[in-house]
Amino acid sequence: MSSVLTDSLTMAVELAWWQQTGIRAVVGLLAVLLPAGTLVYLFLFKMMSFMQSRLGPMEAGPYGSLQLLAEVGKFLQKEDIIPAKADRIVFKAAPFVVLISTFLLVLVIPAGPDAWFIDVDTGIFLALAVSSISVIGILMAGWASSSKYSLLGGLRAAGQLVAYELPLVLAVMGVVIQAGTLNVQEIVMAQATGEIFGWGGIGNPFIFTQFLGFAIFLVAVQAELTQPPFDMPVAESEIVTGYLTEYTGLRFLLFFIGEFATAGIFSALAATLFLGGWYVPGIDPTSDLFNVIGPAILLGKVILVAFLIFWFRFTYPRFREDQLQQLAWKVLIPLSLANIVLTGVLKVVF
Amino acid sequence: MTAVSDPRQMAYIAGQASDARVNVEIETEGMTLNIGPQHPATHGTLRIVVRLDGERVVAAEPIMGYMHRGYEKLAEVRTYPQVTTLVNRIDWLGSFANEVPFILAAERLMDVEAPPRAQWIRTALFELSRIANVVLFLGDMGVQLGAVTPVFFAFRDREFVLNQIEAVTGGRFHPNFDRIGGLKDDLPKGWIDETKGVLGRIRKFCDEMEGLVAGNEIFQSRTRGIGVIPADVGLSYGLSGANIRASGVDWDLRRDGGVGLVHNELDWKVWTHPDGDSFARYWVRLQEVREACKMVEQLLDGIPTGPVMAKVPRIIKVPAGEAYVETENPLGVMGYYVVSKGDLVPYRVKIRSASFNNVSITPWLLEGTYLPDVVSILASLYFILGDIDR
Repeated sequence: MSSVLTDSLTMAVELAWWQQTGIRAVVGLLAVLLPAGTLVYLFLFKMMSFMQSRLGPMEAGPYGSLQLLAEVGKFLQKEDIIPAKADRIVFKAAPFVVLISTFLLVLVIPAGPDAWFIDVDTGIFLALAVSSISVIGILMAGWASSSKYSLLGGLRAAGQLVAYELPLVLAVMGVVIQAGTLNVQEIVMAQATGEIFGWGGIGNPFIFTQFLGFAIFLVAVQAELTQPPFDMPVAESEIVTGYLTEYTGLRFLLFFIGEFATAGIFSALAATLFLGGWYVPGIDPTSDLFNVIGPAILLGKVILVAFLIFWFRFTYPRFREDQLQQLAWKVLIPLSLANIVLTGVLKVVF
Repeated sequence: MTAVSDPRQMAYIAGQASDARVNVEIETEGMTLNIGPQHPATHGTLRIVVRLDGERVVAAEPIMGYMHRGYEKLAEVRTYPQVTTLVNRIDWLGSFANEVPFILAAERLMDVEAPPRAQWIRTALFELSRIANVVLFLGDMGVQLGAVTPVFFAFRDREFVLNQIEAVTGGRFHPNFDRIGGLKDDLPKGWIDETKGVLGRIRKFCDEMEGLVAGNEIFQSRTRGIGVIPADVGLSYGLSGANIRASGVDWDLRRDGGVGLVHNELDWKVWTHPDGDSFARYWVRLQEVREACKMVEQLLDGIPTGPVMAKVPRIIKVPAGEAYVETENPLGVMGYYVVSKGDLVPYRVKIRSASFNNVSITPWLLEGTYLPDVVSILASLYFILGDIDR
């Protein structure tokens, strides 16, 4: 599992091991934090404010663009409070477990024909598997806080994330069947070189054929992110902030980064699976140009998908826990199963 | 066998029983959860102790008194005009409406009547404070259910109403404008036209809320059939205002009370809803804001000319006697029982505030619901802590 990106770097200029590792770490951090920061500023600060007829942050930097740094600075200064009865080790470890799942998720997403971290044949499988790790972190946080609100929130989160894992996986199956591969890079290629009834002008983004899958994927992602209308685990009007209640300072910040980074990465996954990933029509998909502009194109598509996610977030009230489970088991899972059957039949017919 | 009548004792026994039952069945303990006193969903410092079996509420008990300010006692050492500064702070969102029943009671004791112009302006301000109050509820109900956006719209549009109230009275929240025998001042110039513009904005806000909140499928699934109050239960708990009208009881003191306000000269309608659930309470309040807009518009068109103050002595001494006046305030029926011994100060004032009775139904209503519904039911009952604790 070596990366072509760093391999080519090694070929171009001889780099020591620590230099390669340094570059990998910086690029990896950037890939997680850049979309997260963009989403927080663009949507949480600005779009939400405009929807609610207010301006949002305006003081820190031009148009409030440095507010993000100010917030990070604020969180770093806060005291790190651990409740007296908390299970200290578990309490401290929980935010890192959540972040690990985020960092593992970003590995599988390609940003260009050669710009990727790892290229495995079971990329999608790996992504969906590691995304579940965050459940453990949240459950740890809820249990270790020794607070009733946290416990309720953690259990709600666990129930919800397990329930929505299934539609998430099933929605992706349609894409996998159509592309005929689990490899993320090849799924992008299949969309780039695909044809719509013999016309290959814009490739074949799977959103056209897999629209149902796309919709189910977005709903399930919304639930995985515990965002409204599925934010029962952090329902601030009932259980304060659920499993986050007892966290302060840096650890709260880690949860916060984890939430928005995961939002960005799930959006990237949706963009890769359904909107063609780093590819735009008009340029040869094997061209080296995509290694340079691919990340920017992907970020653009991420913002497009995230716009939808956050639009719902700021508009809808939340479901009750049982209604939420009903939606998953009675609506989304049957629909996604039907989608798989339909895709399979059409795949055989065409 | 001894009968247990104390509700605290009942709640305790129910809690213990649930523990025992749950322990036998699935080997878990019940959990006691304090919602409040400092809790985002309680608009102040109401504390509700709920005993949970999983997420199901076995027993709920509201504990009041964290904000008790002793207004009834304080009123005994204030002269009659000074009392209005106190009672402003009971229902702080619609504070002008708090002054009206007290002033009416004092007027009845003194046997004076405000001139017609004062009565019409008084009614207009009464209804404007209702709009300012209930508009906030319409947005806040969304935020209790997790939709953050509506409440900002509510704050935005309420500001216009508060500006109009401030233009007349000089106070956004605590006008202290009602006087025995009339009003402190006349309307400022140009106020009537401005207010008509504001009413247009409020109507637009109501349409917005109907689409954004009441028309939302998730909102409906969270409120329809949740927290149903049958009419007879509601009446026996002394519910009033939109809470009881949402249970289908056609009772509105503005129409049926006939005290010194001029609602009966206007063309308007009392809205009721047969369901009695959280959604019905939201819907009835939404219609009431629209009706209030209609009323204020008619009031502005029909204000008679004349003085705004009747002839009353400079130093007000109220003759001995007692009077009880209640009006249909934004939160429900609010009444003042004033006893005078012919002094400068009232001998005794008893305040009947709507929220105290409205919140007394919660133990009955919350039993057997789920924890998320506790919040939506409490929000739909719409109480204000100042109105509970006084």
